[in-house]
Amino acid sequence: MTVLTLIEHPEDELSLQAYAFARSIEPDAEAVTVTGDAYAPAAWAKTLVELIAQRSPTAVVAPGSDRGNEVMAHVAAQLDQPMAANCVSLTPGDPATVVRVRWGGSLLEEARVHGSPLLVTAAPHAVAAAAAPEVETVHAAANGAVAVSEHVTATTAGVSLADADVVVSGGRGVGSAEGFAIIEELAQLLGGAVGCSRAVTSAGWRPHTDQVGQTGTKIAPEIYIACGISGATQHMAGCKGAKKLLAINEDGEASIFASADYAVIGDLHQILPAISAEIRKAKGA
Amino acid sequence: MNVLVCVKRVPLTGGKIVLTDDERAIQTRHLGFTVSPHEECGAEEAVRLIEKHGGASAVLTLGPPEAEEQLRDLMAIGVDRGVHLVTDGAEWDPQATAAAIVDAIRHQPEQQDLILFGNESADAGNYQVPIRVAHALGVPVVTGIKAIEVEDGALRCEQEVSGGRDVYRVPMPAVVTVKEGINLPRYPSVPGRLRAKRKPVDTISPTPREPRLEMVKLRLPEGSGKQAQILGRGPEAAPAVVEVLTEVGVL
Repeated sequence: MTVLTLIEHPEDELSLQAYAFARSIEPDAEAVTVTGDAYAPAAWAKTLVELIAQRSPTAVVAPGSDRGNEVMAHVAAQLDQPMAANCVSLTPGDPATVVRVRWGGSLLEEARVHGSPLLVTAAPHAVAAAAAPEVETVHAAANGAVAVSEHVTATTAGVSLADADVVVSGGRGVGSAEGFAIIEELAQLLGGAVGCSRAVTSAGWRPHTDQVGQTGTKIAPEIYIACGISGATQHMAGCKGAKKLLAINEDGEASIFASADYAVIGDLHQILPAISAEIRKAKGA
Repeated sequence: MNVLVCVKRVPLTGGKIVLTDDERAIQTRHLGFTVSPHEECGAEEAVRLIEKHGGASAVLTLGPPEAEEQLRDLMAIGVDRGVHLVTDGAEWDPQATAAAIVDAIRHQPEQQDLILFGNESADAGNYQVPIRVAHALGVPVVTGIKAIEVEDGALRCEQEVSGGRDVYRVPMPAVVTVKEGINLPRYPSVPGRLRAKRKPVDTISPTPREPRLEMVKLRLPEGSGKQAQILGRGPEAAPAVVEVLTEVGVL
């Protein structure tokens, strides 16, 4: 059985997870990376389609990243075959079955895939990464297909939300844009980043770049401090990667407590300044 | 220019998902509905582009009769008309969905210069319908877009990537999928809601196909099994919090 894996970069974590996923189907899975003058999704897919025609793989696996899902969808469209995005497992057969994530991971779907080859992407962090012993490089010519024409480098200040060791977030419970002063103060004392829930960005209190969630930034800090956030699935999909979760909420029944490691019940407007004062005291000592 | 935005009706799930008895859908008896967040921004972007460049906007959905509610919501923020591909409520797989949308687009009275989608739906998250639609129509597609400008009759689209933004320039007609954050959608005004009631909605009955990605059943992931340690109530909990922060190693 031949299984091809699309690798974005030999050191890319999600690509190596995709390779591990491919090896769970076929221990001798092949790893391929596509290069070109610039990223050109449809052209990269065309190169893969040619490779598929030559090698007749049973399955093709790509990482469940923006580019992995995009290139695989182009492959699926070009071949007119089904594609299953963000799978956590695949069982070959006729038909093959997959388990894939929905709602950013809040729900799992068992599905049958009626097609060949099996086109899947591996859900991020579903399997541990495995290094590919050999990565073959194939070249894709853009040939006028849509391609990146320019890159604008971001000018970022401070700790980025995605990489921060500490994230302090506020939700609807903060009450206003001005209310975030006490969130910012605590984040600064901890050398962390400020986050927020979707309710907060929808209200215009914080920019979308601060939003943690399924449609915002996915974070993976050592500790996540969620203040006045109820714990909607949309939000939890973004903070699943946090090693520890401390929830501060007035409502002892808030669903966020079901996912929390530590809980403080009460008014965040009183609790946060008290924590900041306590930290200053500890630092001063 | 003519802009068409495609949206999907999804439940407002809140904090806890409960499945129906047959485990093939979310129990929505007590839930409201909305469209996927990326798509809400797609509708706002359609309205802004028409406000700036002139033309007409339309919103299309494939879904049950009740999905007209979502079409009216988006017409209330300024979209001119609706296109409703009415289903019996069962979910369609990505290939069937794309085929029905392509068919509907081909039958629109005017050529659509820009077809907007959300980057992925909030519920199924299949990441492929827009690309299939673009492929079938033979038009370019860019995904995950956070800024759109019309320049010399073409589109300049920015995509957020690690360390900055990638820029794509695509001629129209084109398919573009957007991500939340491209704009902050406006709230519908009362006059907007009233106007939306009178805006036209075309209904089409698309022909279902056998699914090739066939959902068998849904299940909830195993719970974390966590039992939160209560550090205290009110500001008196501060010393215990600092202890935890020290333990975790961030202080």
